[in-house]
Amino acid sequence: MDAMARLLITRREAVLAGAAALSASALPAPAAALGQMDTAIRNVFGEATIRAGKVTLDLPPLVENGNTVPMTVSVESPMTKDNYVKAIHVFNDKNPQPNVISLKLSPRAGKAVIATRIRLAGTQKLTAIAEMSDGTLWSGTEEVVVTLAACLEDLP
Amino acid sequence: MEKRLRLVAPALAIVLAAIASLAFAEIPLSQRRSGYEQMSREVKAMQDDDTSNPASLSVLDGEALWTRREGSAQKSCADCHHDAETSMRGVSARYPAFDAAKRRPLDIEQRINLCRTEKQQATPLPFESRDLLALTAYLGKQSRGMPIAVISDDDTKPFIEAGRQIYARRQGQLNLSCQNCHDDNAGQKLAGVELPQGHPTGYPLYRLEWQSLGSLQRRLRNCLFGMRAEPYAYGADEYVDLELFLMWRARGMTVETPAVRP
Amino acid sequence: MTARALINVPRKAKRGDVIEIKTLISHVMESGFRTGTNGKTIPRDIITSFACTYNGEEIFATQFYPAVAANPFVTFYTIATDNGTLAFTWIGDNGFEVTQEAKIVVE
Ligand code: HEC
Ligand code: HEC
Repeated sequence: MDAMARLLITRREAVLAGAAALSASALPAPAAALGQMDTAIRNVFGEATIRAGKVTLDLPPLVENGNTVPMTVSVESPMTKDNYVKAIHVFNDKNPQPNVISLKLSPRAGKAVIATRIRLAGTQKLTAIAEMSDGTLWSGTEEVVVTLAACLEDLP
Repeated sequence: MEKRLRLVAPALAIVLAAIASLAFAEIPLSQRRSGYEQMSREVKAMQDDDTSNPASLSVLDGEALWTRREGSAQKSCADCHHDAETSMRGVSARYPAFDAAKRRPLDIEQRINLCRTEKQQATPLPFESRDLLALTAYLGKQSRGMPIAVISDDDTKPFIEAGRQIYARRQGQLNLSCQNCHDDNAGQKLAGVELPQGHPTGYPLYRLEWQSLGSLQRRLRNCLFGMRAEPYAYGADEYVDLELFLMWRARGMTVETPAVRP
Repeated sequence: MTARALINVPRKAKRGDVIEIKTLISHVMESGFRTGTNGKTIPRDIITSFACTYNGEEIFATQFYPAVAANPFVTFYTIATDNGTLAFTWIGDNGFEVTQEAKIVVE
């Protein structure tokens, strides 16, 4: 590859190649300590069972700038008086703090969908957990590649 | 600081050093593209929907300032200019414009400050202050969708030429010119960033990197930093000449103010 | 100048319709994790909560953390039940509090 071609490789490719190399060398995963996200989730929900499903996190898979990342959370559920989504909590794995946003819903929402914009300090996983009116917990997880992290240290 | 440019500029300097001769060509009018077209679907959506575009908040601030009495004249912009939707329609699209008294072009910020000092008898608003950005965003919005139409005539031509020369001149520790990035290498990806053609179609605009609204001069300052060149002082003639040249280079393109950029 | 908010609620809706509500407010959302040029941490200054009432009854409430982007934008849904007023309140650090209302006609 000549110098020009090398420099013209996109950062996305570099990041993906790096990620692939990393996951290849890191397998099999050691029974490591819980990451900040899992710890935070356990702090909120204790030992309660959290099942994967019903919750969809919608984020662009690759973002250029971690300062403002659009995120939509939707929960597949009726929204009736006795069967609805009571709360949604979103957590992250790499920001200085594990919480992103928490929200309370009522049957009056009509549907359990919310959208906002968040900061991501680098490529990471996000998990949203929905608390249903019957007390069950459901989760959805999404991974986002950030080519430029949120400005958490530098002054503009 | 300009993180993206911190990455891009050195990469480009290396690439340019490796190439002996450089084919330079101005971008044909029909091939000009706004930075908008290079943005992701999500960032485009942010610009397109007013409730989602954070710059809309500044437009509202500007609308409130338009009717606020200021200075020892105790006059508001609206007292003289009435409804901005009519009186300011298309105005930002033809700035910087020649000012006969000053014998040189003024950008829209300077033009607003001229009314502040001479018509309202008030102090000029500092560059990048919330109020000046708000007023320029509000005025710019009145030209949204209209073609850029700066005037090129005997008065302005020398200044367009001066702007072009700054644009074409290599400067800074990396020995780059604006042209190296925005004409010669526009559309190329360097260090993951796609180089835009560098058209000033959306200013003032909300940059995700800034997490706020900023003027075209702030953008140019960022590029100069990236080139490791000394930025000019806000309001310097060099900036206004560059702004005029960039607007002339973008003539006929659509005003997007207030835009969003990564 | 005070904080400015933009709210998008349909002016009219049919009873029972699920309507979309979009909100945007100006705020720096200073995370408290950034360091200033003097080497000191810039103190946290964020909006901590945002809630909406519909004719006085709370229909939606959120807690924000520093991970919410500057100039917070939130979209959510509610069922159009009656004519009336939706009130939106943002509360944050340093005594920040903004309330704004929107009217809705339900047929
Ligand atoms: C006392 C009346 C008065 C007030 C107050 C005033 N202006 Fe003006 N403005 C004028 C006049 C008259 C002109 C035409 C040029 C001249 O005579 O200087 C003008 C020109 C302008 C122009 C250039 C228009 C063009 O077509 O090129 C802009 C932009 C402008 N004013 C903006 C503002 C803003 C923004 C404010 C409030 C901050 C304001 N003006 C306040 C009288 C006023
Ligand atoms: C090393 C390459 C490089 C050089 C040299 C450079 N720029 Fe830029 N410029 C960029 C990049 C990259 C962006 C897009 C912003 C980003 O993603 O960081 C940009 C953005 C811009 C924009 C904004 C376009 C928009 O859509 O809003 C303008 C205007 C601009 N540059 C003008 C200039 C001028 C004038 C100069 C010379 C003083 C210059 N640039 C020098 C790389 C460069």
